[in-house]
Amino acid sequence: MLRKTLTDDTFYLNMGPQHPSTHGVLRLLLRLDGERIVECEPVLGYSHRGHEHMAQTKSYLRFMPNPSRMDYLAGLMYNHAYCLALERACGVEAPRRAQYIRLICAELNRIASHLLWFGAYLLDLGGFTPFLYAFDDREDILAILGEVTGSRLTYSYCRFGGVARDLTPAFPQMTRAFIAKLRARLADYDTLVSKNIIFINRTKGIGPISREQARDYALSGPNLRACGIGHDLRRVEPCSVYPDLDFQTVTTNQDAGIGDCYDRYLVRMGEMAQSLDIVEQALELIPEGPIRAKGVPQEPAPPPGDYQFSYESARGLLSIYLVSDGSRVPVRMKWRTPSFSNLSILPLLLPGTLVADTVAILGSLDLVIPEIDR
Amino acid sequence: MLNIFSEAWQALLNFFGPLALVLVVGLVVALTYVQINALFLVWLERKVAGHIQLRIGPKEVGPFGVLQTIVDGVKLLSKELITPRPASWLLFVLSPILVFMPVLVPFVVLPFGENLQIRDLNVGLMLIFAFAGLNVLAILMGGWASNNKYALLGAVRSVAQNVAYEIPLLLSAMSVVIMANSLSLRAIVEAQQGLWFVFVQPVAAVLYLVGATAETNRAPFDIPEAESELVAGFHTEYSGMRFGLFFLAEYTNMFIVASVATTLFFGGWRGPIADGPWWFLAKVYLLIFGVIWVRWTFPRLRFDQLMNLAWKYLIPIALVNLLATALILKLVR
Repeated sequence: MLRKTLTDDTFYLNMGPQHPSTHGVLRLLLRLDGERIVECEPVLGYSHRGHEHMAQTKSYLRFMPNPSRMDYLAGLMYNHAYCLALERACGVEAPRRAQYIRLICAELNRIASHLLWFGAYLLDLGGFTPFLYAFDDREDILAILGEVTGSRLTYSYCRFGGVARDLTPAFPQMTRAFIAKLRARLADYDTLVSKNIIFINRTKGIGPISREQARDYALSGPNLRACGIGHDLRRVEPCSVYPDLDFQTVTTNQDAGIGDCYDRYLVRMGEMAQSLDIVEQALELIPEGPIRAKGVPQEPAPPPGDYQFSYESARGLLSIYLVSDGSRVPVRMKWRTPSFSNLSILPLLLPGTLVADTVAILGSLDLVIPEIDR
Repeated sequence: MLNIFSEAWQALLNFFGPLALVLVVGLVVALTYVQINALFLVWLERKVAGHIQLRIGPKEVGPFGVLQTIVDGVKLLSKELITPRPASWLLFVLSPILVFMPVLVPFVVLPFGENLQIRDLNVGLMLIFAFAGLNVLAILMGGWASNNKYALLGAVRSVAQNVAYEIPLLLSAMSVVIMANSLSLRAIVEAQQGLWFVFVQPVAAVLYLVGATAETNRAPFDIPEAESELVAGFHTEYSGMRFGLFFLAEYTNMFIVASVATTLFFGGWRGPIADGPWWFLAKVYLLIFGVIWVRWTFPRLRFDQLMNLAWKYLIPIALVNLLATALILKLVR
């Protein structure tokens, strides 16, 4: 922890754990020289709930509701990843229809997560209105997901070997209407925000991350792709039915890209458009059939051994490491969540910037603190 | 009955002298108006913001929610006034009072209508700017006395910003003063008989509006209270009606800068038909509506960018504009 030194003109500012821009309970210790930051140290642990330990104390099935509580903004993706990891460990494959349903819901969840980021980021930069627009769009997604999964924020919809319920008849039509609406809205955001001179001034050239730094700090997700590295697990290590779908990995221009806040913004906005394409295609391709694999046990119990599964969540590389002794309770379940690495680069980016940039940089990394603390 | 009133009025006139009486009555009216104006503006702001943001804004209390602000005011009045222990007590308490006092004075010279002005001073414009300048002192006091780092940062930012933006504000107003040949607000309005100065001095008008937005700490220049960075800026530690006074002062300041803009550039109480105070008020609230619109549309500038904008662009442009105005007038006259 930073120590108080009174030998120079600097002073300490404690930003958080209750601060409007640290989004949750992140605490930043800043050493300031006037408004310029000399040093920064993130302090974690204010939202630690012990999910990994909880996993060791109950069966796989009973742990099902937990993953979506880690990253409450992309809960369905965590739920999805957990089920895929279990299925891979047990050698079970869900029916095609269930896989498509999961994928559609996960991608919708990715859009919801990015939308919330978009709104909150503009809020950090002092623009209040985009926040409510983003929430309006997100509300549609939550309604759609609520329609099919029954819950709005923390989902336990995916099941071992399938999904809990089939799509409702209203689902395809609702989703298509939403896709059309969000496409129009994305064009609006492009004119109102991406081309706004104040927004560009606030984000262009702020918090640049080079490709080497991104690799060194194990960044992942949109933060990595904004540095010009086109690494997307949906393409590199495809799971589920991603190989069937045609979509682009959004990266910045490899030559011009310097991985600043503006690039991270553009990548996320581009990913939303890509996710819309994915959902649209998946809605066309979705086959009829069962939604639960036949003959799988209610309580999964992977054969002894250790298993690892990686998944591209809204914030980046989500990795689950499982050690099983053949029983219904895991020996160890380690979750590698993307925001921890994404946060770890912050002390490198902040020195030399202004207090206002702290907010811009911190926001652009799209951190969800409970996902770091778990 | 009437007799008694007129006699009492005569007695008062004899006692105070007519001018002093007008001043007292005028200030009481102004004080009342300040409250009503703030109530209305807060409601307007919330309503406009609501409609810009796909919401409807306040709607429960009173028709269209107009009474919402009164209810909020009552809530503020009933709140505890917290003084942080490490704060400098006297300065902390004085600051909201000092921030509110100067906003009343400009009402003395604001020409609402041809005969609706408390006093027409020959240095009216100077008076307004002089008292507007006091505002920053009180903010610095409050931020400093709070003994809170966020409040201090907000106060320091506020001083830098106000000092920087008062210059283009004054310079652009000076261009108009040169044209009208007077600092008296009434004379400036009279000088716009044929053509509003906004058409003659468009650059000065734009500079004035930008400067005025910054001067009143409104978005996108709301750096001193940038809530995503500094929590609440200089008034972080203020609660209850002390906070309410800052709030009241902010909205009254908005009204004053819009009134000055109306007087300087938009022909004051004059309109195409039926000159009168209604034109003045209509223009003022239209300008304020514009300011609100801007606030809810743009993100916030960064502090150094704000300073650059003032020192590198606005002030040179204002200076050139002033010199050009002076030169052209010299040649024409």
